[in-house]
Amino acid sequence: MATAIAVARLDQLFAAVMLFGIYSLLSAALFVVMDAVDVAFTEAAVGAGIATILMLSALALTSRTQRPVPRRRHWMATGVVVVTGLGVIYGTLDMPSYGDPNAPAHLHVVPHYLQQSMAEIGIPNVVTSVLASYRGYDTLGETVVIFTAAVGVIGRLGVVPGITAYVKSGGMQHHLILRITAKLMLPLILLFALYVQFHGDYGPGGGFQAGVIFASAFILYGLVFGLEDATAVAPSIVVRVVAACGVLLYALVGVLSLFLGGNYLDYGVLVEDPTQGQHIGILLVEFGVGMTVAASMISLFYAYASYKPEE
Amino acid sequence: MPLLAGPVCLLLHHPRLSWGLATTASWIAFFIALTLLDQVLSNGTITYALGGWAAPWGIEYRIDEINAFVLLIVSGISAITLPFARTSIEYEINPRRIYILYTAWMLCLTGLLGITITGDVFNVFVFLEIASLSSYTLISLSRDPRSLTAAFRYLVMGTIGATFILIGIALLYIMTGTLNMMDLSQRIPAVADTRTVKMAFTFLIVGIGLKAALFPMHFWLPNAYAFAPSAVSALFAGTATKVAVYLLLRFFFTVFGPEFSFDVMQSDRVLLPLALVGVFAASTAAIVQSDVKRMLGYSSVAQIGYMVIGISLVSVLGVTAGILHLFNHALMKAALFVSLGCVVYRIGSTRLTDMAGVGRAMPWTMGAFVVGGLSLVGVPLTVGFISKWYLILAALEQQWWWLAVLVLVSSLLALIYIWRVVEFAYFKAPADPAREITEAPATLLIPTWLLILANVYFGIDTSLTVGVAERAAKLLMGTAS
Repeated sequence: MATAIAVARLDQLFAAVMLFGIYSLLSAALFVVMDAVDVAFTEAAVGAGIATILMLSALALTSRTQRPVPRRRHWMATGVVVVTGLGVIYGTLDMPSYGDPNAPAHLHVVPHYLQQSMAEIGIPNVVTSVLASYRGYDTLGETVVIFTAAVGVIGRLGVVPGITAYVKSGGMQHHLILRITAKLMLPLILLFALYVQFHGDYGPGGGFQAGVIFASAFILYGLVFGLEDATAVAPSIVVRVVAACGVLLYALVGVLSLFLGGNYLDYGVLVEDPTQGQHIGILLVEFGVGMTVAASMISLFYAYASYKPEE
Repeated sequence: MPLLAGPVCLLLHHPRLSWGLATTASWIAFFIALTLLDQVLSNGTITYALGGWAAPWGIEYRIDEINAFVLLIVSGISAITLPFARTSIEYEINPRRIYILYTAWMLCLTGLLGITITGDVFNVFVFLEIASLSSYTLISLSRDPRSLTAAFRYLVMGTIGATFILIGIALLYIMTGTLNMMDLSQRIPAVADTRTVKMAFTFLIVGIGLKAALFPMHFWLPNAYAFAPSAVSALFAGTATKVAVYLLLRFFFTVFGPEFSFDVMQSDRVLLPLALVGVFAASTAAIVQSDVKRMLGYSSVAQIGYMVIGISLVSVLGVTAGILHLFNHALMKAALFVSLGCVVYRIGSTRLTDMAGVGRAMPWTMGAFVVGGLSLVGVPLTVGFISKWYLILAALEQQWWWLAVLVLVSSLLALIYIWRVVEFAYFKAPADPAREITEAPATLLIPTWLLILANVYFGIDTSLTVGVAERAAKLLMGTAS
């Protein structure tokens, strides 16, 4: 709460971005307290990690301070916010209290997920089975959302080639400590990303988080060794192709299950044994999610870093 | 499915190829929509469980008369504006960005169709995000630097709208434990008397209202339409706000049920005056605009007002009029924006003063504009007349003759702003007589006239549109009893 107010009051955008990171980390901690480990993991990786980096990259293109806004507009905005806030509070007065086992949210579809998913899908992490199978179509949609965002930024910034801006070639290579630490960290981050990617069935994790972690390894590399070296490892065109292929992989798994006689995204028909099929299907689509998320994040970073204003 | 075509467009990386693919995908989607509508009309509602999980656990598609009709509108408009887009887009945006535009176009279509077809409220939100993000992109791709500000304003307003919708959905889930629309409609009456459900209703309607550019939440729309590439304006005018109005119908009648929406929440008493004020304010604003695209943007706000008037009459006839106008307005606005696209292609601007005298130089283009404009006013033999006719019938059915008169008076306002364009195009001498202006190429004119002919055709033969709209309206009202 205090961080949020501080963010709103600050004129220094750089500090505001940093506070945003803290805010995300705090909410992640809150989610852990509420036993939602998967959500917490995502919030930590996305909110505190990659979002902060991307916002900083965006700042590098614009300015660090905010232009003053006339007082009058403040009042109108505050009014709308207060009305909305009061609305939310008014609405929650009748809400079942937190942790109430008789709340409708816990009685209708959730028991089915908790009790049947092991038998129907055969993986221990219920969140993953809800995400990737019961509501797999939503997840496909989310992946497309991320892809769309990347397309938007590429469309606006990344089409005109030219590497200038703040990540000049060479980056921070002259900082010895940074360089060595980065070299030490990179393999660990990549390994961790892969672990998160393929362990999502058993513990918290999955394609979204893994993709973000994977991308942050690349961005770290780009920051330290310069954009030219980063694009040498992963040329931007390849990154875009990977982003598109991730979505396609997910969607095609759905089409494949159509051809095998099931409904769209019904992984049960992929192999003889339905539970085994579910397992393979989830692995495949999670991989697709991971590909798209990682590639989209990296191409966002490229787009920001290599932007040169058009004449 | 256009969903597949989107990423492939990015892979193709070639303007012509990606255009070809997008067009093919649109036409396929259009034919699928036609088949769906046909099936729904003969066999009733279709449901399809995604992932093979039955409804409340998994996500299902649920297609009845109303969304089959909206699917047809959306895919049809996209299918017919894409052939137009090829030439127009090549002229209007940076060639390096063309393949991005078609990628975003396909994603936008995916989003809009996804919102319409699904029977799950969270799925609606996901596809809403796809549609919104890609439409911000589509607007900002224009060469005009002002399109960036327009896209950003739309982004801010759109995000607020989406957040409101998400809060609404979350509150509903807390109270009912389900996200499926049919399931929700059965479970809401039990908890309808709680503040949480009432707040959920309010959040959802305000959020969707922002997306639909309901007066007084319309400020993003005119600029967004004015500065986007012409083909994109045509697509949005024909689809984006229509899908939002569809959502409004869906939530009012299916999810919450008319009893809750109108008797308990009394939303008709709020919506009707707002819509009326919106019609007049936006039409008046349209009259004073100096840019024709912006003028049409304001006119769209007014037309959405008519749809909401129809809905808030809460009668079969009123809802029929609303749905009819949804279809008809999509046709006429797309036609008008497309013909303006021809003007842009030749003279590079849609300012009234620049358009002086184009009527004689581009007779086919301006002819199309005039017919489209007449349709907007509501002259007999065009689709505009049909929707106005039903709207007035619905008003008279309630003995609200004053409403009928107001609708007629507001049509006169439309006549005034269309007449201003006609006056400049036909009766003013060209600003720069030395400049040679020729007729737009056939690749632009053919899609334009196809749309115009559709305007006239559905204005004469109304059996399809009125029939479907009536059945959809009965279905929506019937879910109440």
